[in-house]
Amino acid sequence: MIEELHDEKVKFLEEKANEIRQLIIEMLLEAGSGHSAGPLGMADIFSAFYFHILRHDPQNPDWPDRDRLILSNGHICPVRYAAMALAGYFPIEELKTLRKIDSRLQGHPHRTTLPGVETSSGPLGEGISQAIGIAYAGILDKKDYHVYCLTSDGEHQEGNTWEAYMWLGKNPLPNLTIIIDRNYIQIDGVTEDVMPLEPLKQKLESFGLHVLEVDGHNIRSFVDAIRETKSEWRRTSVIIAYTIPGKGVSFMEKKFEWHGKPPNKEEAKKALDELRTLGGKIISEHQ
Amino acid sequence: MLNPKLKLNPKIFDQEVEQKPIRDGYGDALVELGEKNPNVVVLTADLTESTRSNKFAEKFPQRFIECGVAEQNMAGIAAGLGVSGKIAFISSYAAFSPGKNWETIRTTIVYNDSNVKIAGHHSGIVTGPDGATHQATEDIAITRCWPNIRVISPCDYWEAKKATLYSAEVYGPFYIRYVRDKTPIITTEETPFRFGKIEEFWVPQTNADKNLVAVFATGHLVYQALLAAKDLEEEGIDVYVLNVHTIKPLDVEKIFEITKKVKGIITLEDHQVQGGMGSAIGEALMNIDFQRQYGFFSIPPIKFLGLQNTFAESGNPDELIQKYGMNKEAVKRAVYEFLNAN
Repeated sequence: MIEELHDEKVKFLEEKANEIRQLIIEMLLEAGSGHSAGPLGMADIFSAFYFHILRHDPQNPDWPDRDRLILSNGHICPVRYAAMALAGYFPIEELKTLRKIDSRLQGHPHRTTLPGVETSSGPLGEGISQAIGIAYAGILDKKDYHVYCLTSDGEHQEGNTWEAYMWLGKNPLPNLTIIIDRNYIQIDGVTEDVMPLEPLKQKLESFGLHVLEVDGHNIRSFVDAIRETKSEWRRTSVIIAYTIPGKGVSFMEKKFEWHGKPPNKEEAKKALDELRTLGGKIISEHQ
Repeated sequence: MLNPKLKLNPKIFDQEVEQKPIRDGYGDALVELGEKNPNVVVLTADLTESTRSNKFAEKFPQRFIECGVAEQNMAGIAAGLGVSGKIAFISSYAAFSPGKNWETIRTTIVYNDSNVKIAGHHSGIVTGPDGATHQATEDIAITRCWPNIRVISPCDYWEAKKATLYSAEVYGPFYIRYVRDKTPIITTEETPFRFGKIEEFWVPQTNADKNLVAVFATGHLVYQALLAAKDLEEEGIDVYVLNVHTIKPLDVEKIFEITKKVKGIITLEDHQVQGGMGSAIGEALMNIDFQRQYGFFSIPPIKFLGLQNTFAESGNPDELIQKYGMNKEAVKRAVYEFLNAN
């Protein structure tokens, strides 16, 4: 049962999202490579998952009754690592090892390396199929865990994604919810220029899915949407979450150029100043 | 002579030797597994009957998952099941799985260490009339290059059944290749299946003067190697015939043990010679670390029988293995070449 958010919890989750964003910038700077825009854009949703929605236990990541959060677009893993560290899965200090040798924080997530990561991902379009398998196992075993699968919009150009949707049209799984990070960017540019996805909602509905649309930066709306999917028991739900890539760092926002690169030292400082002052709304601790 | 210790089919050289499809071993094993273990699930991509998954599907409909013509989705669903306490078998033609969905399997099953068994059906040119599109002849190459997988190529119905049953007992990814048509029964229900071991199916009568040739064969072609050995015996020529059912991990110790005794090696497989079982043996023998480990450095020449850098074509299996040099005559020719090369 996911509780409705009260004002204080919303504030708490927003603060966590801000902390996640700062950690993303710090770890990318340290790593010297990686993706900036996607992780920043998903910080609010990850805050909602790790600090409100998921039934989980960071001290017991293999707990059989845990909810499963499947990250299909593995390249945004810095946001997952940051949220996991804040939630207590591993020391925050370890985030500095991202993408470095002997680290548990692989450039794209590896299930058997880091407890709490449910699948290995990076190659796109493979998450929903795996989420189906995990959800189906839950039904066979009469478990009540819920499976959430986070996907990117770009990976909706992969055939595998639609193979999985077609399967769900025939075999609806009420214990599976899919979230699409609709940020309109991909490596080569804007999705609608590279390979148009629209009308995305209609396409999904024509596959027999229950589709909701939500502002991916409004944590209350997002949690409400997740709550709403719980009452849909005939179809699998898909939430299209509209997000702004690079959200929170003004010079990265909506720029596909920031899809696959990290900030340099100067850019990182600027980004952190912005995040710590919430865009100049409070006085920076560094000023 | 046939190795008496292995309880092989005593009627193997009869004209009317019993024949049974290797794929039936898969289907029969699945039903046994389904009864024994509630965690066994079977998936297919629109090939229920021809992969012999139909008996399991009828008995255990809840644990049978039809994916339609979507091999990537099948691999991904199985990967999810396999990390959630299930033992998932994915059934398709090897040309499509692991052919078409190779990267999906690599990432979600092998790298991900999920408990999935990949059943590659219709392997080899003996898939016959369907033509080269459906004759998987690269599947050993594209699976054995992965870390963290076990690769089995059974020689007959019984071995296929035992290999399938075995794969469910061990956590982790397996690739097993199966054949469509009926092929001769070489082993018996009593023949031991020892995973990871190369078995001596035909042993020389004499241990004479190193004038021996070893034939390492895999899959249904083990029968052709045995036919050749029988003919050669009548001509007074001694050979080894070794059944290489486990291609990964390879029984390197046995390979060196045999190699020390022979003047030539023949490898025989219904697969491209590049990257197949023969290549695996060649790699092992040329590897200086293994040479040091087994104290043997003078590696004899190797004749690689199999598809020689070409696609095959439609035809009946006997015609095809003759045309593409994989039948008993091809083996005998290769043996003569070695013996005449004194």
